[in-house]
Amino acid sequence: MVDEILTIVLDGAIYASWLFIVALGLTFVFGVLKILNIAHGGIYALGAYSTATLVPIFYSLGMPEQLVILAMLVSALAVAIVITPIMERGILRRFYGQDEVLIVLVTYAIYLVLEDVQKLIWGMNSLYVSEPRELLGALEFGSLYYVGYDLALIGLAIFCGLFLWFVLNKTQSGKIVLAVIHNPEISGCMGVNINKVYLAAFFIGAFLAALAGSFTAPLISVQVGISVAVVIESFAVVIIGGLGSIPGAVIGALIIGMARAACVHKLPEAEIFIMYFCMAGMLIFKPKGLFQGAQARKI
Amino acid sequence: MSEKLYNNLLFQSIFLMSFLILVGLLIPNWLVFVITKAIAYGLVGLGIITLMRGGLVSFGQGFVFGIGGYTAGLLGTQAGLTDAMLLLFVSFLFTGLVGLIIAPLLARYRDIFFAMLSLAFSMVLYGILIKIDAIGGSDGFVLPESTYFGIKPSSEYADYVLYVVAIIMTGFISILLRYYYDSTPGLIALAVRENELRVEYLGSSAFNVAVLNFTIAAGLGGMGGALNGIALGHIDPEFTYWTTSGEFVFISILAGYLSVPAVFLAALLLELVRSFSGRYFPDTWQLILGLFLILSIIFIPSGIGSFFKQFFDRLKKSK
Repeated sequence: MVDEILTIVLDGAIYASWLFIVALGLTFVFGVLKILNIAHGGIYALGAYSTATLVPIFYSLGMPEQLVILAMLVSALAVAIVITPIMERGILRRFYGQDEVLIVLVTYAIYLVLEDVQKLIWGMNSLYVSEPRELLGALEFGSLYYVGYDLALIGLAIFCGLFLWFVLNKTQSGKIVLAVIHNPEISGCMGVNINKVYLAAFFIGAFLAALAGSFTAPLISVQVGISVAVVIESFAVVIIGGLGSIPGAVIGALIIGMARAACVHKLPEAEIFIMYFCMAGMLIFKPKGLFQGAQARKI
Repeated sequence: MSEKLYNNLLFQSIFLMSFLILVGLLIPNWLVFVITKAIAYGLVGLGIITLMRGGLVSFGQGFVFGIGGYTAGLLGTQAGLTDAMLLLFVSFLFTGLVGLIIAPLLARYRDIFFAMLSLAFSMVLYGILIKIDAIGGSDGFVLPESTYFGIKPSSEYADYVLYVVAIIMTGFISILLRYYYDSTPGLIALAVRENELRVEYLGSSAFNVAVLNFTIAAGLGGMGGALNGIALGHIDPEFTYWTTSGEFVFISILAGYLSVPAVFLAALLLELVRSFSGRYFPDTWQLILGLFLILSIIFIPSGIGSFFKQFFDRLKKSK
């Protein structure tokens, strides 16, 4: 019984931490740019693919094993550096200030394009990079064994969340971003370069998506179609937590992660729709999510 | 009646319908099939247009599309009901009823929250459908061949007969919708789109408008799902998946909310792009579809319907 609860909690936490990194980028981009980015899932997949390509190259160069984490970071960074100018500068900028739903549709179109770009670059075969997963050995909890790498993901998620929170609330550039979130027009009048802030925010969002992809790559087989589920799962997280809220993404990811882990162990039939169920329930009872403050109505 | 006959909506529509039915005899079978599918998608798009007139966009029309499809499919396989017209009509009514039941829940929300809640509904349905093995789970199931007034057409004409039925039923629904759009409740929807609060102060209910429009959209989506299922001869949970819903939103954005025929034109464009790129570029059809979406949103942001409207306005002025 205790073992079972521990399993559910640990599985849930590992799943939640992965989900949190994806959702953090999504919710941050929504907070700053007011864009609910469906293509976020596509960037995640690109991160996974680029890691699956770079890590074998890294090993073939005979680099020390411990530095493989560096290769994964570089691959995530590379994806963000390539994708941000194309998406934000090239396409999304044309739609700022337009209807939110229209922009969702534009990101859906970009998502479709990214799906095929993956196929064109990496083909239809599955790629495997399980080596980094063996790096940190295994840990023992009573009668349970957990791979150290999986648990390290929890640490990574906590680090990402705290880091973004710290930058936003404790540094000057962060406060500028908060000002832009609050009112882009007034911030612009005060001399803030809004386009730069948008670009930077999108870059951070894209990097987080790619980072989640990179660090998940060792756990899964990287193949066509890994992005499609991520989209709705991360949507569910940010909807539960409230769009644009970082603490909300933490709670949302934990709720979805734990609910899913509990379902996998106790009620496998419900595994697929439990998260949609959570999302629908939250929307019905608290449509603005857990951490969304009251907003004035404009007449 | 002071209006000339060719200005009459009913006359125009019947003319267009007869024209399309005749054209159906001349064009190859695959195109007949593509147009039938476009009509199915167009019906769902028409539902979203109805919502859009009230300022709402549903990102989960796969929900009603799936319910309509499964209603037709289950009536066909379980109850032995194979008459296509009856199936379409029953799916329309049943899905409309489902829409009426959940509409009060959805009608409280606006903008992205409306879109997300409708998306959540469709994904819950998806999650349930792929787990019910009795109706095929994720593989779905095959529909029995349809009949028309008790007669089963030979296989070479089956597509054409369905095409004719689809055109006639959709044609009359479109006429009714045009009348609804121009009626008082239909025009209140446009006012809600402009400024909901003022409409409320003037004594109309934005909530009721949303409920009514969602119910209509649900019925249309259900009929579209049934038609798509009958045309394909197969139904699976993919009907309710979010990517399917995304295509419906695209159709309605491409068409704009001004014109009814524009919706079917947009749906046909989507189907043609899909079938051509699927045939000639099987590995990159999503890429082409995505680029097509982006370009059409950039270049015709207010939809094909705005061209139609400009054209007819100019026609009226020149007289």
